[in-house]
Amino acid sequence: MDTIDKLDRIVLLKKGAEASLFLTQWHGRKAIMKVRFPKNYRPKSLDERIRVYRAIHEPQLMHEAKVAGVSTPLIYLVDVPHSTIIMEYVEGEQIKQLLKVAGKFERNELCFRIGVSIARLHKQGLVHGDLTTSNMILSLDGKVFFVDFGLGEKGSELEAQGVDLHLLKRALQSTHFQFWEESFQSVISGYKSVLGLELTENVYEKIKEIERRGRYVEERKQ
Amino acid sequence: MRNDDGLCLSGYCLGIESSADDFGVGIATFKGEILANKSSGYIPNEGGIHPREAARHHAEVADKVLNEALQEAGIKPVDLSCIAFSQGPGLGPSLRTGATVARALASYLDLPLIGVNHSVAHIEIGKLQTGLCDPVTLYVSGGNTLVTAFEAGRYRVFGETLDIALGNCLDVFAREAGLKHKKGLPFGAAVEQLALNGKKLISLPYVVKGMDLSLSGLLTAATTQLQRGCRLEDLCYSLQEHAFSMVTEVTERALAHTEKKEVLLTGGVAANKRLQSMLNIIAEEHDATFNVVPLQFAADNGAMIAWTGVLAFKHRLFVPINESYVKLRWRVDKVEVPWIQ
Repeated sequence: MDTIDKLDRIVLLKKGAEASLFLTQWHGRKAIMKVRFPKNYRPKSLDERIRVYRAIHEPQLMHEAKVAGVSTPLIYLVDVPHSTIIMEYVEGEQIKQLLKVAGKFERNELCFRIGVSIARLHKQGLVHGDLTTSNMILSLDGKVFFVDFGLGEKGSELEAQGVDLHLLKRALQSTHFQFWEESFQSVISGYKSVLGLELTENVYEKIKEIERRGRYVEERKQ
Repeated sequence: MRNDDGLCLSGYCLGIESSADDFGVGIATFKGEILANKSSGYIPNEGGIHPREAARHHAEVADKVLNEALQEAGIKPVDLSCIAFSQGPGLGPSLRTGATVARALASYLDLPLIGVNHSVAHIEIGKLQTGLCDPVTLYVSGGNTLVTAFEAGRYRVFGETLDIALGNCLDVFAREAGLKHKKGLPFGAAVEQLALNGKKLISLPYVVKGMDLSLSGLLTAATTQLQRGCRLEDLCYSLQEHAFSMVTEVTERALAHTEKKEVLLTGGVAANKRLQSMLNIIAEEHDATFNVVPLQFAADNGAMIAWTGVLAFKHRLFVPINESYVKLRWRVDKVEVPWIQ
């Protein structure tokens, strides 16, 4: 079995909160190594439970996303004991950066396509669990890639789908607050184009219900 | 004293806090000294906070707490420059009692009235006391659990609970376990003490969804284990470890996302040493400075309202008495904070 010891050159790309991303080579190909280092703020047994769970589930979900027709990086190696995944390096640009510079038309078109991809995941019985614009890449050949399925789950519950879209809405509100409403409406349009009016309305209602459940929301009923 | 803009350079702001079970009065100078911070807490005989009973308590103690604060500060009501009050979020009857006192004072003394957002006040007093300037703030109390940081004119919410608050989770568990709320020993502190003798980590739900988290399932599972006869110390320990790990993970995500270099812990649960140590670890990992609000300013207090009132006064954010109704669900990200550049 291949192990991560073979890697010769490793460069830290991003030290995230949950995992660190390294740029490396995998049999001559540019690759990303995602390592979930132990978190010593939490007890060892809890930490291992969380890291192993995420290291196993993430590649499984990425594979299923491909089946659903959503682009995700190819998986080269999963090393469970080290909670490490080696995967394809996607050349392209982060959607978070793109949305900031894109014109209105381009922006809404991108958001529409994001909505299409989310709907395909949901149709397949998958939820991403961390839909932010930092976790989406527009590849050089123009495909929208979803990355970081570490918090994803299998399931077709309306609740999980609602939370998924609610998280994206929240991400748009905090990072792209200048035009979040328009962007989110484009996402919903894209979503509707795949799942149809009825299912989209159901999930939209669910989002509102989830928001009402939150603390200190204007529309919340007692 | 006034400068060219007509703004006072010296003066006193009296702040009234009454959003939940505490009635507090604080007095702050315009330079940021806290001259007084007095409060009286309502302790229910059983169960959680009964809003009507809490409001009754506030009305009964208001004049006493006010006098104590003025005495401690060594000033007279005529020396005041403005009156600030906690306008929301919180329990309606409690908020209205504090608001009524504030309106009466402002009207009688003919002073400007300032409506302060309770969550903003927790952040501002934390910044004032710790010296942090631009932190990622974890605000955890009986009614709030949120991760917030300043971005473009407001404190934006990066993560929050999808259901119950962290303090609420600990309080309800403590009540289920038959612990008693005593003066000087809140439920959270009782759970913390018991957790010190916990030996076994019992596996409980760990629910982080993106930057948000959910605590209601954790509470239900912990309560179920309690009924099954699990050792209370182990459960307190396990409940804390799971819940604190969740808020710490979310805070770390916000820290990585915003790339800020400071972490502030504020709110009633900030007093918990275990939570402090967890946050300290993630701050160090991201080369950030960690600081926690001093104990007397951690739980709801009047001083934080007074100090935020000072900041608002400098930007003339006054509210006319006939528009000073309380806002029960006033989210922190709805408030413009012009005092930060």
